[in-house]
Amino acid sequence: MIVVDHVTKYYGSHAAVRDLDFRIEEGECVGFLGLNGAGKTTTLRLLACLLLPTSGRVTVKGLDAEERPHEIRKLLGFLPDTPPVYPEMKVRDFLRFAGKLRDMTSAQVEKRLPAVIESTGLSDVADDLIGALSHGYRQRVGIAQAIVHEPALLILDEPIQGLDPVQIVEMRQMIRDLRGKHTILLSTHILSEIEQTCDRILMLHQGHITAQGTEDELASRFGGGMAIELVARGDEERLREVLGGIEELTEVTVTPGEAGTLRVKLRAASDVREEVAKAVIAADLGLLSLARVTTGLENIFVRLSRGGAS
Amino acid sequence: MKNVALIVRRELGAYARTPSGWIIAAITLLFEAVIFNAYAVGAEPRMSTEVLLRFLEVAGGTTIVMAMIFSMRLLAEDRYVGTHVLMFTSPVREGEIVIGKYLASLAFITIVVLLSLYLPALIFVHGKVSYGHIASGYLGLVLLGASTLAIGMFASSLTNHPFLAVLLTGGFAALLEACWWGALIADPPLRDLLAWFAPYYSHYQPFRRGLVQLSDLVFFGTVIYFALLASTRMLKSQRWQ
Repeated sequence: MIVVDHVTKYYGSHAAVRDLDFRIEEGECVGFLGLNGAGKTTTLRLLACLLLPTSGRVTVKGLDAEERPHEIRKLLGFLPDTPPVYPEMKVRDFLRFAGKLRDMTSAQVEKRLPAVIESTGLSDVADDLIGALSHGYRQRVGIAQAIVHEPALLILDEPIQGLDPVQIVEMRQMIRDLRGKHTILLSTHILSEIEQTCDRILMLHQGHITAQGTEDELASRFGGGMAIELVARGDEERLREVLGGIEELTEVTVTPGEAGTLRVKLRAASDVREEVAKAVIAADLGLLSLARVTTGLENIFVRLSRGGAS
Repeated sequence: MKNVALIVRRELGAYARTPSGWIIAAITLLFEAVIFNAYAVGAEPRMSTEVLLRFLEVAGGTTIVMAMIFSMRLLAEDRYVGTHVLMFTSPVREGEIVIGKYLASLAFITIVVLLSLYLPALIFVHGKVSYGHIASGYLGLVLLGASTLAIGMFASSLTNHPFLAVLLTGGFAALLEACWWGALIADPPLRDLLAWFAPYYSHYQPFRRGLVQLSDLVFFGTVIYFALLASTRMLKSQRWQ
């Protein structure tokens, strides 16, 4: 659906993004992950036809962003880091305006509005002035304006920025609900956001893509792996012997736990929780708990952000 | 055209729902009323036509200032608060945005200008002036406001800061009027050329005196056309920045 072909964007003499090259397929939910200033917003603005690349080419559904931005804009909904809402308008009137701007007829807007208001949780404030709403609700209005015309491509720049924890959970759920209906691109510098909402990740650092793929692909490629912690009852030597039989484990650390239990920290290149559980139970070692404790993505992100990418 | 009408409706709604437009209108009308009483009518007996001429002299200035202040609401404010993104990620052409915003602000300014009509109407209490003279003067006021707004639109397309947009509009307007002062010390044909650029001193004065001339209409039309065209070009060029 989206092809970004060796795109570079300069602001004056500063390259905000350099030689970006990636594809995004229809229906994917892709997260752009990077520290502040990594080039996430510039990338999304290039895709939203707000900016033109200094060199390279962006196409959306075969349409060139430089030559046919008007047609591309019909396909997209965009939520920038600050929701583009008019405080003096009522929510319902604003959404009507946003829909009509996207070539919807009055009848189409009126038919679509109830579903948009319902899905974005705006029912209670639909007739309130936007200026009187909290930041969380304004963000919802921002999402609502982006989806009112049911765009094929939805671009969300830092959608959870400035939200409180409850609002973050609600916003996350809202984005999950939108998956499957749109191709979604979102940017964030918050890891958990990407992990919980996206199918694929593009890591940006200083204007470059340092890594891209699914979480598992990144884990296996960059060796971030998976950390597992298990608590079992039994003999330490026997436990080590059993775990030694699992080839994927790269690290096994056993420490005494409470009440004669053993606390074991494992690291593996891939998800081996099932194999570990089967082996421990088969050896009759009394498996008390087994859980993934840290994310490999976090390790990869920290590593790549420190310039460890090749 | 549909998008232009949509933008005009939204912008007019914004003017009506926010206090800033009404505050500017109220201050303008109050100032004009005071000036009408103190300067145009004055303490000494005057001919009715002279009262109208003196009122239109001041009203021209207040219309320019009002249009300058309105220019901050055109494009710069949208960019300052980030609402421009809605327009620029929608299938709306840059020209439609410029024309929509321009027509809405022009409509509001025209309403404010027309609201002051009761002042020249007061002349009829003790005197008499031609209706045509009043109509010509008010057409001149609207055109003066329209050209200043168009210049303000261009200034507003150059910056993200509303206040800077006002200053730039003031700067451009002052530059054009300064041409008239330059004409006073220049020799022909430069004198005629410089004088041609001054909207207030050269092209508004005939309207003020009750004369509607094609050359003045062409001047205001030209300023408006090129200022709006330049604004559209500026908006298009922003994708390259």
